[in-house]
Amino acid sequence: MAITERDQLNYIATQAADARVNVELETEGMTINIGPQHPATHGTLRIVARLDGEQVISADPVMGYMHRGYEKLTEVRSYPQVTTLINRIDWVGSFANEVPFILAAEQLMDIEAPERARYIRTVLFELSRIANIILFLGDMAVQLGAITPAFFAFRDREFVLNQIEAVTGGRFHPNFDRIGGLKDDLPAGWIKETKQAMDKVRTFCDQMDDLVVGNEIFLQRCVGIGVIPPSVALEYGLSGANLRSSGVDWDLRRDENIGLAYDEIDWKVWTHDDGDSFARYWVRLQETREAANIVDQLLDNIPGGPIMAKVPRIIKVPEGEAYVRTENPLGEMGYYIVSRGDTGPFRVKIRSASFSNMSITSWILRGVYVPDIITILASMYFILGDLDR
Amino acid sequence: MSTASMTAAALVDPVLGFELAYWQQTTIKVVLALVIVPTATAIVVQTFLFKMMAGMQSRMGPMEAGPYGALQLMADGLKFIQKELLAPSAADRRVYALAPVVSLIATFMVFVVIPVGPNGFAANLRTGIFYALAVSSLSVVGVLMAGWSSANKYALIGGIRAGGQLIAYELPLVLAVIGVVIQAGSLNLQDIVVAQHSGEIFGWGGIGSPYIITQFVGFLLFMISIQAELTQPPFDMPVAESEVVGGWQVEYSGLQFLFFYIAEFGAAFGFSAIASTLFLGGWAIPFVDLDAGIMHIVGPLVLFGKTMAVAFLIFWVRFSYPRFREDQLQQFAWKFLIPLALANIVVTGILKVVF
Repeated sequence: MAITERDQLNYIATQAADARVNVELETEGMTINIGPQHPATHGTLRIVARLDGEQVISADPVMGYMHRGYEKLTEVRSYPQVTTLINRIDWVGSFANEVPFILAAEQLMDIEAPERARYIRTVLFELSRIANIILFLGDMAVQLGAITPAFFAFRDREFVLNQIEAVTGGRFHPNFDRIGGLKDDLPAGWIKETKQAMDKVRTFCDQMDDLVVGNEIFLQRCVGIGVIPPSVALEYGLSGANLRSSGVDWDLRRDENIGLAYDEIDWKVWTHDDGDSFARYWVRLQETREAANIVDQLLDNIPGGPIMAKVPRIIKVPEGEAYVRTENPLGEMGYYIVSRGDTGPFRVKIRSASFSNMSITSWILRGVYVPDIITILASMYFILGDLDR
Repeated sequence: MSTASMTAAALVDPVLGFELAYWQQTTIKVVLALVIVPTATAIVVQTFLFKMMAGMQSRMGPMEAGPYGALQLMADGLKFIQKELLAPSAADRRVYALAPVVSLIATFMVFVVIPVGPNGFAANLRTGIFYALAVSSLSVVGVLMAGWSSANKYALIGGIRAGGQLIAYELPLVLAVIGVVIQAGSLNLQDIVVAQHSGEIFGWGGIGSPYIITQFVGFLLFMISIQAELTQPPFDMPVAESEVVGGWQVEYSGLQFLFFYIAEFGAAFGFSAIASTLFLGGWAIPFVDLDAGIMHIVGPLVLFGKTMAVAFLIFWVRFSYPRFREDQLQQFAWKFLIPLALANIVVTGILKVVF
């Protein structure tokens, strides 16, 4: 149908009328900066949220306020020095950061850690997972306004940190993993103490069941908030508990286990079908329990023998490339190492879980209410160091 | 009735037995008000916010200042007084400076009508409870002033949230009290105390008739509503730290912040005192005659004990619950609390007529 002049004039008139109405009844939107200094971002993440009333029209995450250039810094360090550095990526589950890097270096050097070292590595890996996720379990409640669970979390995390400290000498930054094994063996009596600590962790999980998961208001705030369907979760490259709580049964510990002792024990991958904030909390809660079981089983079956393979005094990694990823507390973490045969890596690409997990922010925050921003961000669980590196 | 003399508003010295001059009474009242409100705040904060909270969260709380941290508030208060009073350059200065004072005054005014003994009240208004509830909602004005004048988006959101919330919960608060008023047949707080002491529960007058027994629905509604009025969790979205970073308080510092602080926790004490007057029998205790001379001394202590018990409930909930979302809060008020309060009034009215 041809557009007549009359139609055009009509169109212009309606547009003008609309514009007049808009000018008269304009409800001005509001842009708020959540962060970089905001209690809910536990660090320096900034979210520019454009609001209509209390509803979010668009939300853009601005990352990089804490970028420390780790990928570049690794290039001027030798391999043993790098572990000190990458400890600081996810600072509440530090030991877990070292493992994939060491495994990748071992792969390049064609060294395999002794059986006992593999077991202890796995135990410490799971302990750092517990130390990390316990904090989430308390922190999520804080973001929703209940302060007490956080104090319980800090109290019970201490038992786990004490055990890590007893072995490695460092509460937060163990720097304990070595190419070819571990720095030291376990101290006397450690296994028994760790089992007691695991009982405390289980008690903590039961407390959280009562105090948080069983709370009517918590359920109202979380169920059905921030739903991520499995297809979207995969598109955005989510990993870890964020992916599993969308119903995708994927866990690198089971599906792509390299160099850790997960195949030798009996454990379960927890998933949840809902994909909402509550599912993410629930999956992590179950994972903490499961991690405590894993630690118990590994400690029961820990073999004897050396903890260090034969490694040259000066570590030179042969030319080549390797990518190793593991299921870290926050999700999938991988190191892509390019070696030119030097004492240090030529180039390292760090794939950290939080960075990919937070890429979904603008998709998931569209259309939610301001308080739900906090719920969703808390349930996605990111650590700023892991996000910005 | 022997209590008729008590309703006469006069501060008679029970020991000396003569009436003080008007200016003397007024001076005593003003001094008492200036002492009681900050003291009440200090007691509430020290007992519940510092020590009970610490106990519930398996930590020590303040331990350094004084024995078991007893002087912590002294240190905190001095710190607040020393701090510079900051105001954003875009703030509406006069309103900004006035807001904490308005909030504080509202709190002071609530204390005026609470009877603490046979003759212990600053003002014995015939419409005492009506006055108390009306005055307590004045603090909304202070909050809105603070939120609007701070020139801060978080403060604005917090202030508007507070306004909406306080107005929504004013209704169930008032409606919850109406049940008590119907039963006592008076708006006067002293009369309500007397009615509870001498009342009967369906013909049984063993311990009088504390209205928490017959008006338990009203008590529940009252407690929920004051929780919201005080912006305590689970109703603390106006000041939610993780969402609006302290809401309308975000820009305040020093003495002005301290004023808000005193207003908040002083109001917590004031509301607890009103709750114990309305539902727990106030300063009276069963089996002891209201006119007994000992009540002049024991009455305030009894009321204090009951108030602390009610405040304990408020803070217990505060420490264990997460917060609602704004729309859930409004739904809770309008769709659940208000219908329940109305039903309570109807049932109370029917029973009052029947018995």
